Amino acid sequence: MSTTLTINGEQKAFDAPADMPLLWVLRDVLGMTGTKFGCGIAMCGACTVHVDGKPVRSCMLPVGAVRDRAVTTIEGIGASPAGAKVQKAWLDLEVIQCGYCQSGQIMSAAALLAATPNPDDSDIDAAMAGNICRCGTYVRIRAAIKQAASGRQS
Amino acid sequence: MTSAEKISDGMSRRSLLTGGLAGGFLLAFHLPVRAVNEPVQPPDVTDGKFAPNAFIRIDVTGRTTLVMPQVEMGQGVYTSIAMILAEELDADPKQITLQHAPPNDKLYGNPTFGLQVTGNSNSIRAFWKPLRNAGAGARAMLVQAAAQQWQVEPAGCKTSNGEVTHTESGRKLSYGALASAASSQTAPKDLQLKDPKDFTLIGTPLKRFDTPDKVNGKAVYGIDAMLPGMKFATVAACPVFGGKVGKVDDSAAKKIPGVQQIVVLDDIVAVVGDHMWAAKKGLDALVVDWDEGPNARVNSKDIWQDLRAASEKDGAVAKSTGDIGKGLASGEKLEAAFELPFLAHAAMEPLNATVHLTPDSCEIWTGTQIVSRVQSEAAKAAGLPVDKVIVNNHLLGGGFGRKLEPDMVVSAVRIAKHVDGPVKVVWTREEDIQHDVYRPVYRDTIAATLSDGKIVGWKYRVTGSAILARWLPPAFQKGIDIDAIDAAADMPYDIPNLHVEYVRAEPPAVPTGFWRGVGPNNNVFAVECFMDELARKAGKDPVEFRRAMLGKKPRLLAALNLAAEKSDWGQPLPARVGRGVCVQPSFETFIATVVEAEVDELGEVLLRRVTSVVDTGIAVNPDTIKAQLEGGLIFGLTAALYGEITIDKGRVQQSNFHDYRMLRIDQTPKIEVHIVKSGEPPGGIGETGVNAGPPALRNAIYAATGVALRRLPIDRTLIAAGKKA
Repeated sequence: MSTTLTINGEQKAFDAPADMPLLWVLRDVLGMTGTKFGCGIAMCGACTVHVDGKPVRSCMLPVGAVRDRAVTTIEGIGASPAGAKVQKAWLDLEVIQCGYCQSGQIMSAAALLAATPNPDDSDIDAAMAGNICRCGTYVRIRAAIKQAASGRQS
Repeated sequence: MTSAEKISDGMSRRSLLTGGLAGGFLLAFHLPVRAVNEPVQPPDVTDGKFAPNAFIRIDVTGRTTLVMPQVEMGQGVYTSIAMILAEELDADPKQITLQHAPPNDKLYGNPTFGLQVTGNSNSIRAFWKPLRNAGAGARAMLVQAAAQQWQVEPAGCKTSNGEVTHTESGRKLSYGALASAASSQTAPKDLQLKDPKDFTLIGTPLKRFDTPDKVNGKAVYGIDAMLPGMKFATVAACPVFGGKVGKVDDSAAKKIPGVQQIVVLDDIVAVVGDHMWAAKKGLDALVVDWDEGPNARVNSKDIWQDLRAASEKDGAVAKSTGDIGKGLASGEKLEAAFELPFLAHAAMEPLNATVHLTPDSCEIWTGTQIVSRVQSEAAKAAGLPVDKVIVNNHLLGGGFGRKLEPDMVVSAVRIAKHVDGPVKVVWTREEDIQHDVYRPVYRDTIAATLSDGKIVGWKYRVTGSAILARWLPPAFQKGIDIDAIDAAADMPYDIPNLHVEYVRAEPPAVPTGFWRGVGPNNNVFAVECFMDELARKAGKDPVEFRRAMLGKKPRLLAALNLAAEKSDWGQPLPARVGRGVCVQPSFETFIATVVEAEVDELGEVLLRRVTSVVDTGIAVNPDTIKAQLEGGLIFGLTAALYGEITIDKGRVQQSNFHDYRMLRIDQTPKIEVHIVKSGEPPGGIGETGVNAGPPALRNAIYAATGVALRRLPIDRTLIAAGKKA
């Protein structure tokens, strides 16, 4: 099925079955490999992207359901103020270890900050508990979200 | 534009990290696969360069390429290795480029194993001297070349920032200008290494080189390999270990749009398609009649029964000091057995390998901890000479020991034999968890005697798999697996009569392998849990009790004292809240950890606070040390709270993160890590936190509830309100 999506502000046309999860369209059809496959059942958050600014697990989202809504991926999130702040805080506090889950972590954190500019611990828990980090970087993720929110420097 | 063109567009540049890094390092990774139609692993060209050893290449412009013998899987080793080389070389940080080592055991083998292995927390330990020597030797050759040109004594020259300076005259020559002249020099036999007090890089936190590309989707892992004309496959093995493929009905699978091909091998099936979705739907539609073979009755209950029986036997003696018979005959005796489950690795990047096989070549894209072994195993599977196999190694999305095995690459090569053109094989999470190489089940039995509040006799027996006997056979000697007894034979306490044995017991059918923390993850748990039981029997505080027997381990004692202070040890706590302590001398690093936890009425465990003090010798990159402790603790606490793989009817019962659970951010406590300043050589760090978490948590639960748990994962039913030991 021929489909056009708006991804990171660009129109992308491709052929894919309507039931194909957005994750595989991004990775295997469009070659946008920043969005990661982790579990395939929306249990780990590695595949998180934004659809109209809301965090969504792309491994369970059929591409046919996206329609005309705007998709943002890790490759484009730096263009948003919240995304840029999160990326900077992530590097300032050296959050990342292996980095495989971090595309998803950053997408969840950017969506949180866009909706809740000054999140408290329970906001962070609610927004981030769907993202697993096997390297265990959670302590720094929490600190980096707070830093990104406050604009404080490390 | 076709999608293939778009893909190649997006991949026509190499990942390049610039700017924003402390020290101004420029890092160009040559390992990612983004370049189409050019070799990803650039050949190690030394022509026209100063290439004094396997690790350093300086060209005439001064560009300095450092070849990384160890792989980056999150532990920060690329940054630390570059720091060590650059420190002794006095390189210009702005001129540095990092490159992955190609498969070559002779040049890049880990000195501990004689193979290219990243594991056992020993990258920095094993390469500390070789890398410093490499840097210092290269520096000396550059100085000699400059001195010759100036006709002065080398001793009158100094180096910094990629330049040699003649102190008296102030003349300078850059390393680039000296590159060809230095090539004809010989490194002096007696190398002058820097005095650690003169280190400018080592010991100062440095921002990692690999992280800027990890915040914007540019970092390339094995699973991100994209090649023109590539096909996508996913795989299923017989759910029963060792089972074979029987009959296959592929009529429905072939009708799935995008499915190109079904590959049926004797033990696995794979569906090849235009993308992973087609492959996955195709695999779901494939009707496979598995021949389950002889293991279809294997189950956890029998495995435990057999392990318990084996643990009653005498083992091979790993260590015996004093007189254990006498030791156990005097004083008050206490006995216990500690049991640890099978564990899966569950790295976030599922198993994968991309293979392009032609009649006379095999090229592989993957992320592995054992690049040379992957090359040789792939060559065997492909039926090609080793030199016809190119392995493009990548950043790893977690290793944890799983990628110390080559099986995923071998399977991908076997599938690629039937596929025209390159094929990327990606395991589903379910296949990844159900066809892992598992952390073995262990049973550790201990008998100890107490006299005057001290331990006088200690008889310890480890029963479990001999991973080394399979993985590195020459290392398995006299019936003793030195990994399985690591941190048992060399336990830190001063005990006059000590006896340690090992019983090899291999579970039927279930493959076992290294898991982050390796041998010490059974022994640190058993030793430290039992220490708390003995302390209670002796009527002593757990910290006091340990202190009295750590006289011969001053670094560990100092770490314990500081951990007690920083964790508010001894300060009052609410009901059902406890603190637990753990000390460990493993990987030549000395760590004391205190976990504070609460157990609710239902037996659910709430982590409140973790304090760790680490003396790892010279802390090459101190922020990395902290990060490894923080993350390692979470990894270990995850296992303690949830980790268990169980077997029924010959198959693994868990399949994904809903039933193989991970700790999440909302359960993560405050973690404080304190680094003790030290001038000792660096110890290992990557696995230490993993071993610290479980015993400290268990001891906190013991303090909070009085229940002495002896198995992992933690059984909530035993610690709910009203339960007593």
